[in-house]
Amino acid sequence: MRIEFYNGNVASAEGAIHAGCKFFAGYPITPSTEIAEHMALRLPQVGGVFIQMEDELASMAAILGASWGGVKSMTATSGPGFSLMMENIGLGAMTETPCVIVNVQRGGPSTGMPTLVGQADVMQARWGSHGDYEIIALSPSSPQECFDMTIRAFNLAEEYRVPVIILMDESVAHMSEKVMIPDEKDIKLVERKKASVPPSEYLPYKADDFVPEMACAGEGYNVHVTGLTHDEKGYPQATSPEVQEKLVRRLCDKIRENEEKIRDIEEIEMEDAKIALVSFGISARSCKSAMKKARKDGYKVGIIRLKTIWPFPEKYFEEISEKVKKFIVVEINYGQIKLEVERMVGRKKVVLLPKMGGDIHKPEEIYGKIKEVHNGN
Amino acid sequence: MEIEGEHHPLDEYLRADRIPHIWCPGCGLGTVLNGFLHALEETDIDLKNLAIVSGIGCTGRIAGYINVDSYHTTHGRAIPFATGLKLANPKLKVVVISGDGDLFAIGGNHFIHAARRNIDMTVICVNNYNYGMTGGQLGPTTPLESKTTTTPYGNIEHPFNLCHVAHASGAVYVARWTALHARRMKDSIKEALNKKGFSFVEIIASCPTTYGRRNKMPTGLDTMKYYKEKSVIKHGIEPEKADIEIGGEIIVGKFVDIEKPTFNEEVEKLIRRFHK
Amino acid sequence: MRREIKFGGFGGQGIILMGNIVGKASAKYDGKNAVFTPSYGPEARGGAASSNIVIDEEEIDYPYVTKPDVLVVMSQEAYEKYAPSLKDDGILIIDEDLVHLKNGVGRVAKIPSTRIAEKLGKRIVANIVMLGFFAGVTKLISYKAIRKAVLESVPPKFKELNEEALEKGYKYGIKWREE
Repeated sequence: MRIEFYNGNVASAEGAIHAGCKFFAGYPITPSTEIAEHMALRLPQVGGVFIQMEDELASMAAILGASWGGVKSMTATSGPGFSLMMENIGLGAMTETPCVIVNVQRGGPSTGMPTLVGQADVMQARWGSHGDYEIIALSPSSPQECFDMTIRAFNLAEEYRVPVIILMDESVAHMSEKVMIPDEKDIKLVERKKASVPPSEYLPYKADDFVPEMACAGEGYNVHVTGLTHDEKGYPQATSPEVQEKLVRRLCDKIRENEEKIRDIEEIEMEDAKIALVSFGISARSCKSAMKKARKDGYKVGIIRLKTIWPFPEKYFEEISEKVKKFIVVEINYGQIKLEVERMVGRKKVVLLPKMGGDIHKPEEIYGKIKEVHNGN
Repeated sequence: MEIEGEHHPLDEYLRADRIPHIWCPGCGLGTVLNGFLHALEETDIDLKNLAIVSGIGCTGRIAGYINVDSYHTTHGRAIPFATGLKLANPKLKVVVISGDGDLFAIGGNHFIHAARRNIDMTVICVNNYNYGMTGGQLGPTTPLESKTTTTPYGNIEHPFNLCHVAHASGAVYVARWTALHARRMKDSIKEALNKKGFSFVEIIASCPTTYGRRNKMPTGLDTMKYYKEKSVIKHGIEPEKADIEIGGEIIVGKFVDIEKPTFNEEVEKLIRRFHK
Repeated sequence: MRREIKFGGFGGQGIILMGNIVGKASAKYDGKNAVFTPSYGPEARGGAASSNIVIDEEEIDYPYVTKPDVLVVMSQEAYEKYAPSLKDDGILIIDEDLVHLKNGVGRVAKIPSTRIAEKLGKRIVANIVMLGFFAGVTKLISYKAIRKAVLESVPPKFKELNEEALEKGYKYGIKWREE
């Protein structure tokens, strides 16, 4: 184990290296650029390839190609680039290609506030590409979590054969903190299931437990991979509603049915909490400051910190809403996760404490909102 | 459809269970596929290590008919996908086969940058002067004055000269043929496949259903006759002098064949600095 | 106890590096928690730059500096911009040749850091002189820790120079404390 002092971007890049990432394709964009820079420095040292592409469309396409070439691959971007990636995130979901995308969120919409914080890409991460699909998105609150979660993102991508998004924010990306880097032997890595039968018996999109075995290029399986609706053989069946039904259900259910396994929530002081602050990323840290002060002053308040944002922990909220009276959703946008919480616990129980971007919540504003909600205003 | 006792010499290259293909009668794509497979047969490429990548469109469907690892990606993105594939697994021979709209309109930026980087891959562009799959719209290579469904009064845009674009962007091998030049096309594809670096072959091919019909070449045969009448072989000519104009001559041949280090070689050099 | 520190100057003075070194020194070598956040204008050189560090033995939740306990400024612009935010009992540390004080603010520690650096042969180490001074004046980080952090943050061939710069500044700081 060694201790480093890294910012979130560098920690995430190091996490990728420790997860065995061997390919990075990206396009420079503030506030994510340090990830590309660090990967450019590190990948040749570990026998990997870094390439700066002509845009984010290409970056996303390239990491899918690299994943089919048999290696773990990653890209990093911010809002405007994330928008361009949506096309091939859809291809990744459809072709079930493991890969990791870091989106360091800044203030939007459009070019917005390139150097300042935002958390308004939450819904885009879930719904940004067209059609029905499910995705996994994680949200780190510290450089240490940037490191740990990047490794987890690769593991989840490999396990479920799905693009995994790390929804970082500018604050976490640019703050430096102590990061503990475990020894290699202490890092648990997951690898994609390889084809276990001979080519004559292999069906690239047949899945007994939701996730099919993956045969990459050059392994002798002559796999056809297409973004068209395809059958178990991988062949296009673009006019068959039956094939579409089966495929889309599986693409969604492999994540939905595993939500509890994927779920990662940090509960703080929730045992007796009547008010819960629901937050993620940098916002959760402001919540913690506010919660500590409120607890001292006798308010029964706790925190539900979403480390995994997608799939949304529906059952969790259903259950916890039985004991919590009010949920205050603290996020740097105009109400996105709030919609999800409302969906599960009902609109009456949810209060939004938004921020449009450019700055993070001050603990005092959150404290003020706790008092207000407690007093029934 | 299987005919008992019949065996085509190229059967082992095809996904026979996917035939018949979707292409129209008179389409040039069958000739291109045939030429490509014959070229392949004449190389030493191990099929296990061959990967075909395509984008979207009629040509994009070629990937699905060849019995190797094949990737039918998104519109315009075949080249960046192929770039990732090749860089992740350098032992692969990566071939991109796609259409003019896919490679040069929506995917144009990727083409020029892959050529500039000299990524080790072969790109075959089937140029049929229009968007066939969507019903015959204007494409980046549609000749001036041509009629398409989105240029009902005649095309007013200047078309790309693809070989000129490829050459100017840095491709190490550039050739153009029409679907009429079956043997020469095959030879060029073979050369391109054997070439290290970014090699490019343009094949002008008929699209009677959506282009020919509106431009006085209603059958595949009319188009072939047109190619026969207008094609002039000029090896080694400066690609910029090989513009295509409606009614004008079609200059074909091998225009560029040079050597320069590939991106892959540079990456390997870099990695060797840390792994001696 | 939570301590907030802000370094301010103009781009190119190494203000961001100063923050990084202080954060690294306390997190890696003093065994405390530290958060460092840079902020700089869109210009690479000449614009206003600041770096912010929070140090605490406890877990740090809110990561930003709002009312610094220590403000270190190396330009007039930074002084004017940040001095009002200094805590009432905070310490203001300045490069006395670059900052002219306008009105009385609490405790002030002055050093001609740029001049000292010039005497050492490289004006560019003014920030390291200032770091040494900061450590000596505030004792918020140990000399051992900041020395280690400086040495691992500078190019190998400039290690000696930087060490000398740090030491000069530190001694100047100790002297200030004694006075």
